[in-house]
Amino acid sequence: MDLMTSFDWSFVIEKLLLISAVLGLSLLIAMYSTWGERKVAAWIQDRRGPNRAGPFGLLQPLADGGKLFFKEEIIPATANHFLFVLGPSMAMLTACLTSAVIPWGDVLTFGDYAVSLQIADVNIGVLWIMAVVGMGVYGIMIGGWASNNKFSLLAACRGASQVISYELPMGLSLIALFMISGSLSLKDIVEQQRAGVWFVVLQPIGFLIFLICAFAECNRTPFDLPEAENELNGGYHLEYSSMKLGFYLFAEYINMFISSALMATLYFGGYSFPYMDSLGLSPNLVTILGICALFLKTFVFIFFFMWVRWTLPRFRYDQLMKLGWKVLIPLALLNMIITGAVILYRQNGFN
Amino acid sequence: MQALTNRAQPVDRRPMTFWEKLYLPAIAKGMGITLSHIFKKKATVNYPEEKRPFSPVFRGLHILNRDEEGRERCTACGLCAVACPAEAITMEAAERLPGEEHLYREEKYAARYEINMLRCIFCGFCEEACPKQAIYMTETFAPANYQRKGFIYGKDDLLIPDPKHPITVNK
Repeated sequence: MDLMTSFDWSFVIEKLLLISAVLGLSLLIAMYSTWGERKVAAWIQDRRGPNRAGPFGLLQPLADGGKLFFKEEIIPATANHFLFVLGPSMAMLTACLTSAVIPWGDVLTFGDYAVSLQIADVNIGVLWIMAVVGMGVYGIMIGGWASNNKFSLLAACRGASQVISYELPMGLSLIALFMISGSLSLKDIVEQQRAGVWFVVLQPIGFLIFLICAFAECNRTPFDLPEAENELNGGYHLEYSSMKLGFYLFAEYINMFISSALMATLYFGGYSFPYMDSLGLSPNLVTILGICALFLKTFVFIFFFMWVRWTLPRFRYDQLMKLGWKVLIPLALLNMIITGAVILYRQNGFN
Repeated sequence: MQALTNRAQPVDRRPMTFWEKLYLPAIAKGMGITLSHIFKKKATVNYPEEKRPFSPVFRGLHILNRDEEGRERCTACGLCAVACPAEAITMEAAERLPGEEHLYREEKYAARYEINMLRCIFCGFCEEACPKQAIYMTETFAPANYQRKGFIYGKDDLLIPDPKHPITVNK
């Protein structure tokens, strides 16, 4: 009885609702990213894209999903069964975990009950994201290794080395950002941008590095070496069929959505938009507009991801490594040092 | 050596400048090109609803024509089969019986007339060879079937409907 009264049930229900909303939304957006990707690809290539299933082909993702579910499920005889199933599960899990710390909006108030539209405002928010993204490579590695196929294994090696190489400049570019914000909490970072300027103005090079690394972390073109179709027959998901393949593909789109949301949050003001506090609207309305602003920014980034995919060819492996280690890391270090120097100068002058 | 055309461009093998090595300007340029393509006219048409106009000399599937009184023009002379480089046409002739004058124009007609559409190369020689203007090529194309034998078109597939005596019985 004592436990029942001391336990804050409204908090649990609030978070449960929020988690299901965010999870459902990221799945929905990932689903329609596949449609969007095909449309963008078609438009860029002067085609029309899917337009048969439903109006504007909007039911196409459902048709694709249904097809993937009903496909024959094959586990190769020589594959490690447990790890073979674990691979896509890991990919999907890590893709969904990241959304926990992103602030999707400010506070919604119902009467005297305030709901923060962030699942967990942990003070190490960005560290959590880096950790989960780092785990994301396990999905690729385990899947590629468990397939017991040389192409899959090659792809897994490529994926692992690529993600590790690009995590470093990503982290370094973020450190420069934290020097400015002084906080690792994503909510704080957004609130600071709401009060001041968007961090992309203060950290243009940092943003560029982060953007390039985000492409690499998501295994998107021009960094899609782990799944290079024409070199590795599809790479780490070569042996996968049915919904397990679907999970891998889906995880890629969720990752894309989350990293777009993250870029919008870190560098483009998250849910804040210009003049949001001087419009004189009710706080709830401003919050809802803020959510719309965040999603608008996110969709712009998702479009950018697709746009780049249908413009740039894939890197060669040595070019990838050269770019990561010889260009991005020194650039990120330089950016960090300059940022630090400027911050110190503004605090103390030349004393 | 003299160039074959005046369009030849010498290859620029100068080392890249710093600006070029940055790649980002070139990437931006490429992105601009792909973006401009989004707003261009689409090259594809919505095929089954919308079809591209054919040239007047397009050669699609064959038809067997009738004369103005609805009688079959073909007399099974076999010139189309002789002209056919793919040997796609076979026929069997038959004699017109008394009382069949409203069906066949001449005393001889094709009892069986088959074109194998898988062999046919749609060259149009049969059309040219025909002395009776009986065989024509239409704008219909891309036939589909589940079996090879479905592509052997007989008289019931090829003959155009009789305007005077429309078929009332379902096949």
